[in-house]
Amino acid sequence: MNDRVMKSYRFRAERETDWKRLDLIIKRAEKRGVDGLSDEEMAALPGLYRQAVSSLSVARSISLDQNVVAYLETLCTRAYFFVYGTRSRFWERIAAFFARDWSAAVRAARGPTLLSFLCLFGGALLAFFLVLGDSEWYWTFNGYGDSRNPNATYDQLRATLYETETGIVDMLSAFAAQLFSHNSGIAIFAFALGFAFGMPTAVLLLYNGLSLGSFFAVFWQKGLAYELTGWLFIHGVTELFAVILAGAAGFMIGGAVAFPGQRSRMESMRQEGETAAMVIIGAVVMLFLAALLEGFGRQLITSDTVRYAIAGTSLVFWLGYFYLPRRQAGDARD
Amino acid sequence: MHVTEAVAPTSAREQTRRRKLRQQMQANLNKRVRTLVTPEGAALNLRIATAGERAGAFLLDFTLQIITMLVIVFGIVFLASGFGIRGWQIAGAVIGILIFFIRNFYFIFFELGRRAATPGKRVLGLRVAARNGGRLKANAIIARNFMRELEVFLPLSVLLGAMFSENAVNGWINLLLLLWSGIFLLFPLFNKDKLRVGDLIAGTMVIHAPKVQLLDDIASAPASEDLTAGYNFTPPQLDIYGIHELHVLEDVLRQSTPEIKRNVANRIAAKIGWTPEPGQTDIIFLETFYAALRKHLERGLLFGEKKADKYDRK
Repeated sequence: MNDRVMKSYRFRAERETDWKRLDLIIKRAEKRGVDGLSDEEMAALPGLYRQAVSSLSVARSISLDQNVVAYLETLCTRAYFFVYGTRSRFWERIAAFFARDWSAAVRAARGPTLLSFLCLFGGALLAFFLVLGDSEWYWTFNGYGDSRNPNATYDQLRATLYETETGIVDMLSAFAAQLFSHNSGIAIFAFALGFAFGMPTAVLLLYNGLSLGSFFAVFWQKGLAYELTGWLFIHGVTELFAVILAGAAGFMIGGAVAFPGQRSRMESMRQEGETAAMVIIGAVVMLFLAALLEGFGRQLITSDTVRYAIAGTSLVFWLGYFYLPRRQAGDARD
Repeated sequence: MHVTEAVAPTSAREQTRRRKLRQQMQANLNKRVRTLVTPEGAALNLRIATAGERAGAFLLDFTLQIITMLVIVFGIVFLASGFGIRGWQIAGAVIGILIFFIRNFYFIFFELGRRAATPGKRVLGLRVAARNGGRLKANAIIARNFMRELEVFLPLSVLLGAMFSENAVNGWINLLLLLWSGIFLLFPLFNKDKLRVGDLIAGTMVIHAPKVQLLDDIASAPASEDLTAGYNFTPPQLDIYGIHELHVLEDVLRQSTPEIKRNVANRIAAKIGWTPEPGQTDIIFLETFYAALRKHLERGLLFGEKKADKYDRK
């Protein structure tokens, strides 16, 4: 044996093939997931991973070859993230979200949801009565751009409710416009601003409530309340519910920061953030549905009764979907 | 000439200064390392990505998003232009919907993937990881990316708004908003884990874990023994250098030009008082010296003597 052959060299020579095999498996797994691996490779993976991890700790103490240590360090990190990483597939995750996780998260957020509801409709009621008392208040809450203001006539207002653009193109445009309308922005901001103790979320909800209430009051005064309710709530049930839930997500985070209890603020925020994320992604799904209803449904359906029926059905559906008790599934895979 | 300049010896004071600087840099590097203990009980050293790396990754992703949007817009407009005015309307609507999806789900889609990184992050060797070392949950990724709206796109839109605002009051309000949102934007610079607000809420961190190739062991390179037979270094000769110098020598051998290798070989030979063997080349000399030095230092390591660098004398 060559007298220059050293321990670290032999150490490497004995294990190198296994490292490279693990490297290959991980590379394939990162590219194509578990499906990309054969049964044989799956069986070999745990052993190879443990060997690489122990090689790393040995290499750190006996080898002065920088490259080997750096290589093992990244190999082990990648292998660790794969071995202990998320296991379920994308579609399984989606299915679990709709079947269980979403409604569970919403149920867990009952208190914040109530608070959010009160902010939005409290603001709406306030503005409603203020504008009924003195229609000048309308201008405090709304801009001058909207034609649906206290100065509009009955016919003008009525026309805005039954304006039917039945072309598929117009409906598609309305749908796209709705996606970009401020509602999805409000929902995301209501969540994102939550961590400043929930204050900006409350302000945002109140403000939107005010604009909603004053708008309603204008139609009320002209005797169009019944028609407006149908026009608004055919999609508004879903949309406003989504905004309320987004606000609730914001309040959850705000509450976690303000009242962390026994946990550290960071830890408390992280735990609540997980549930809140569920609620918010659900709210985005709801806003998407609301945009569909508004873009297509409202243009196609001009009968008040049918509009009310859809609004009522969607309310019953959402309440049932979220709050009806259901069987708890055993495994909580992510 | 370049070569002789580099060979010129540096003063003792300069050497101490350099050593201090090097140790400082090492300490800074170590500050970014977070040790994660795996269930097997082994420690993995994860390196927190720097704010610069993260900003770079974001810019790459942002550029990619914009390019994708432009390609889509041009593609659809090209297709739709055949259908006249109705075509334009459809194009507008479809583009709107697609942009909505790209803007909101680009980051989430890629970070939910197996590599837990967007293309920009992948280029820079970054990935998202759970701060407690556990599984990276889908919720965490969603939470951290919706916060991005507040951290990046709000300042951006405020900035745009400020540029086009017509009156002074709006200007002032925008300035205040800009200051306020600037706090979020710069948040990662002021905490030791370089977390943005989204990371804070989601319980995630971004680590730097680039792929490293396993290169050949330098000690195995001078394979034929008769070539290296005469190269016997004495213990006093090997005692001159420490681990840091060994690592520098490794870097020199792996990735430098022949001139630098010659330069280094000359310096080592002068320092240890080496008389050249017949037929000696710089590479053979450096590789055999590397092997001998590493063996010497590793043996010391086994006996608990860690000689960090050439100044380290016990």
